[in-house]
Amino acid sequence: MNSQASAPLLEMRDITKAFSGVAALKNARLTIGRAEVHALIGQNGAGKSTLIKILTGAYKRDGGEIRFAGQAIDFSTPLQAQRGGISTIYQELNLIPLRSVAENIFLGREPRRLGLIDWPAMYRQAEALLAKLGIGADVRLPLHLCNTATQQMVAIARAVSQHAQLVIMDEPTSSLDEQEVETLFRVIRQLKADGVSVIFVSHRLDELYAVCDRVTVMRDGQTVAEKAMSDMDKLQLVTTMLGRELASTVARAASDSAAPETARQATLQLDHLKSGLRVNEASFAVHPGEIVGLAGLLGAGRTETARCVFGANKVDGGQMKLKGQSVSWQSPADAIAHGVAYLSEDRKIEGIIPEMSVAENLTLVLLPKLVKLGVVNRQAQQEIVQKFISRLQIKTSGPQQKIRELSGGNQQKVLLARWLCSKIDLLMLDEPTRGIDVGAKAEILNLIRELADDGLAVLMIASELEELTAYAQRVVVLRDGYSVRELQGGEISETNIMAAMANAGRATAEEGVQ
Amino acid sequence: MSESIPMNAGHLAQALAAPIARKRSRWHLLRTQGVLVALVLLIIFGATRYDNFLGAYNVLSLLRYNSMFGLIAVGMAFVIMTGGIDLSVGTTAALASVISALLSPRGVVLPLAAGVGAGALIGMINGLIITRLKILPFIVTLCTFLAAHGLALLFAGNQSVSVSWDSGFTEIGQGDFLGFPIPAWMGALAFIAGGLLLNFSAFGRTVLAIGGNEEAARLMGLPVDRVKFLTYLMSGALAGLAGVILASQFGAGQPNEGNGWELFAIAAVVVGGTRLTGGEGSIGSTLSGVLLLGLIFNILNFENGKGVISLSAYWQSVIRGVFLLIVVLLQARLAQKEHEAGG
Amino acid sequence: MTLTLKTPGPRSLPKWAKVPSGALLGLVLLLLFNLCFTDHFLSLQTLNINMTQVSTIVIVAVGMTMVIATGGIDLSVGSLMAISGALAPLIFGARTGLLAIPAIGMIVAIVLPILAASVGGVLNGTLVARFRIQPIVATLILFIAGRGVAQVLTNGNLQTFSHAGFRWLGLGKVLGIPFQVLLMLAIVLVAAWVMRSTLFGRYILATGGNERAARLAGIPVQRVKLAVYVICGALSGLAGLLVIAINSSADANLIGLGIELDAIAAVAVGGTLLTGGRARIVGTLVGALIIQLVRYTLLAHGVPDAAALVVKAGIILVAVYLQKREN
Repeated sequence: MNSQASAPLLEMRDITKAFSGVAALKNARLTIGRAEVHALIGQNGAGKSTLIKILTGAYKRDGGEIRFAGQAIDFSTPLQAQRGGISTIYQELNLIPLRSVAENIFLGREPRRLGLIDWPAMYRQAEALLAKLGIGADVRLPLHLCNTATQQMVAIARAVSQHAQLVIMDEPTSSLDEQEVETLFRVIRQLKADGVSVIFVSHRLDELYAVCDRVTVMRDGQTVAEKAMSDMDKLQLVTTMLGRELASTVARAASDSAAPETARQATLQLDHLKSGLRVNEASFAVHPGEIVGLAGLLGAGRTETARCVFGANKVDGGQMKLKGQSVSWQSPADAIAHGVAYLSEDRKIEGIIPEMSVAENLTLVLLPKLVKLGVVNRQAQQEIVQKFISRLQIKTSGPQQKIRELSGGNQQKVLLARWLCSKIDLLMLDEPTRGIDVGAKAEILNLIRELADDGLAVLMIASELEELTAYAQRVVVLRDGYSVRELQGGEISETNIMAAMANAGRATAEEGVQ
Repeated sequence: MSESIPMNAGHLAQALAAPIARKRSRWHLLRTQGVLVALVLLIIFGATRYDNFLGAYNVLSLLRYNSMFGLIAVGMAFVIMTGGIDLSVGTTAALASVISALLSPRGVVLPLAAGVGAGALIGMINGLIITRLKILPFIVTLCTFLAAHGLALLFAGNQSVSVSWDSGFTEIGQGDFLGFPIPAWMGALAFIAGGLLLNFSAFGRTVLAIGGNEEAARLMGLPVDRVKFLTYLMSGALAGLAGVILASQFGAGQPNEGNGWELFAIAAVVVGGTRLTGGEGSIGSTLSGVLLLGLIFNILNFENGKGVISLSAYWQSVIRGVFLLIVVLLQARLAQKEHEAGG
Repeated sequence: MTLTLKTPGPRSLPKWAKVPSGALLGLVLLLLFNLCFTDHFLSLQTLNINMTQVSTIVIVAVGMTMVIATGGIDLSVGSLMAISGALAPLIFGARTGLLAIPAIGMIVAIVLPILAASVGGVLNGTLVARFRIQPIVATLILFIAGRGVAQVLTNGNLQTFSHAGFRWLGLGKVLGIPFQVLLMLAIVLVAAWVMRSTLFGRYILATGGNERAARLAGIPVQRVKLAVYVICGALSGLAGLLVIAINSSADANLIGLGIELDAIAAVAVGGTLLTGGRARIVGTLVGALIIQLVRYTLLAHGVPDAAALVVKAGIILVAVYLQKREN
């Protein structure tokens, strides 16, 4: 074992994993040193979640080797990993909200006296553990009354008290305010001082530089960079993550970008929109006939902004204008009644009604208009369904097939048709091509362009930069909930977008939107 | 990793924990101790209004009768705290009463053991189907509710079964020990043991953890399935014991009795402030809940005895329902407040 | 990309009439068994007895199907039946003012009790939709209190009456078919049509199938939920009237006792998803028939009614388990 002292704490090599034939990881690699804070970054679908799940035993790997603390390991459940010294602090904390802080730390290992739980000892030990992390909290308080940061500390304290050598933090700062982030960083440094290593998954680049020693970048299921944090600047980080070369991207020909239609009234105008912690100050406009791309890293507030416009999230401040009229919604139904449509990024949870047929899913929004005295006009319904099935080339055995039996791309087309068949003025698409095969991707994107050409105002959230550069007339970049840059025409290049996302180069926070 | 986390998580983060805690503790106090206050008020009301209300006869028979519900409520409280429900307790008690009545000529121990055993068996079936086949507890226990009723009727031949009066069996329900009814002793024991189990054993804490967040409890390495199984077993066994007391107290195994006991128990548990979605609860308050519901019936009797007004016994279920409504609305309001606060 | 073959599936029943094949098979086997081994099974009388006994269950179960299709449950149906059943004799027993006119008395005695039961449905629906209380608990309140109200109304006494019009509701026949069987069939058809052809039916299924997606598609989820509980209450009220009409007497202690279990069983056996999102109204009818036939068969062969309970429990469990495996 002595010879292992200088060896890395964790070595994952040549990890491969496929889900129903589709490769999620291709020879992925992750090496974590002892007492090291290690950043793990990558786009959605880059494979970092899969890699972590394989490490913690939630998934079984197809190939590759994992060595932890000098030994080959093969955990088959997260519980085993925990007992083996690897603890995960999940985004949705895996704690029991109604139980006290102390109980959450000690559940399953309560201190006993005479066979009964020794509450005073438990409270004492919990206090001591938290104090060691520099946290003073009432350990008798039910956990759900503590703020999110404290809840995270409790999860960390639980991990530490179980002698974790490696703590995985999945987007730990996503719901923390600045002060709480500072507290978290202090705790992370404390862990490091105690010889514990941390895997830190986040997309707030400033934070990575503030707390991490080294970084692993993943893309398309592979490890594309492993470097010391100080050896990579922000722009490099973003370009590596997105797989783009800086100079190689050619700005589009000026002719391709129609002049912004500022003359016409904007379909949507956002002015200092604020909502929760994710949307701080979003200001931009979408005009009829144009596709506006909404760019940003994960957690930049893109989805939340769209949901505000759709009435699904509460607006805390700022102004929202639809065709010149100031509006505020009680529910999505209000927004829909005013011609606003939103295609959620999560098809399964927020899109399809799995037990219903293609026809019924397709006409769900339009249905009230197909009704006379409460009775659905089935013939009109059939005609519309047939029209859209052929127009969007939806591959289905028939309108009566259950939507859950369709492929992802065809489900997405049905959901798109759900909005297209009713009269809408503004279409917001949240990652419309996620989880869809290449052929269907191009089809859907071309369709969106046709719609815009027909006069629809489109707001498209996309993480694939080429989708934005190829299809958007303007691109608004969000960073940490602020709209920090607006690019149009010839300015739209992957380089410029990435620079704005990374807060490097020409784009700075002060620049704001013109 | 989705971009959309619950938006309101932030509101809580911004708020300081302490003020909420203070505000919450007021609600919490109302919810957990409100039933105790109501109980005390009801007792004072009864004691000042009626002679003999606090007399030994009334108190002892009240305890003797309600101990059956108390036993069932203890088991139900544990099941509910895991986030489950057991609708089979009433007819399980009926089945146990029939079995113990049939065996009553054989003394005390055998019928007692058989009755409790039958209850435990039903509980085990519930627990096994719920944890292994992952069918909703509500459906599973509904089925065992039917099955136990059917079995009770079959064993009893569709009529009540008289117990033997000279084997000592009737002592279980009718006898006293140190001047106190034996069923009341059993009930008291169940409540004390239940309270200890809940508050001072890993089992009890696991029960609450499961009800609070089953997935997290699994990830914490707690034996979720085993503990759930045990709560149903416990609930069944306690229902069996209640059935034995029923047969012994009324001198007959009653296949059609017990219908609706499960709802009485659920009402008592909820009125006692236990969260119906699980994760939070108290055995002491459950006791208050049982006594409160029992007292309402008792006071109705006294009131009718005075002859001033004539409220039929049927009012009791209306009043119970109203109680349940109030408590459920309070709970919903509290949950809403917590939700708004970002919990 | 997958190649889609245009293979027209075997000509199948329209979706609203779909019934799980297991349930159909069960029904057919039960019928065959009875044809072979039960005396006088193939007679109009046997048919009428079975259909009459099943009709109240089916009427309640239709409402229950709608509630369950939204992902809910209604335990209070039996109590609502009791309220309506107890109320009706009080009304046509009143014989004062306008109520003394037989026609008006009859109409009020039908409408008012159904309305009263619907109000119970409003309470259930409000608790579930507005206060977000779990349906089991929300409807438990009226399960307990509802029968109490009925008992208080009648002081727990058996009310007997002789009212020709009302009697006809229970025992009357049209073309030799009991009126209530026709009523049951009409309700089944209307409900199946509502589920299939109306906006409301689509909204019920969408709400139960994926509440979040339904909300994001602009569906008034809360109102839909409220509505199904009100409908379930109204149908329970109607069933309560039929029960007392058959007996020419109303006993608040017994009307609809335990019917929630029969209704849920019929729904589960009939192939409606207990988690919501799929409703099979005709399946519910088949489910109720199976449960009725099992009881009848056992009874006709000297097996006590009690054993039927055990069998019923087994049938529900198997049906739910199969449903779970299928998904």
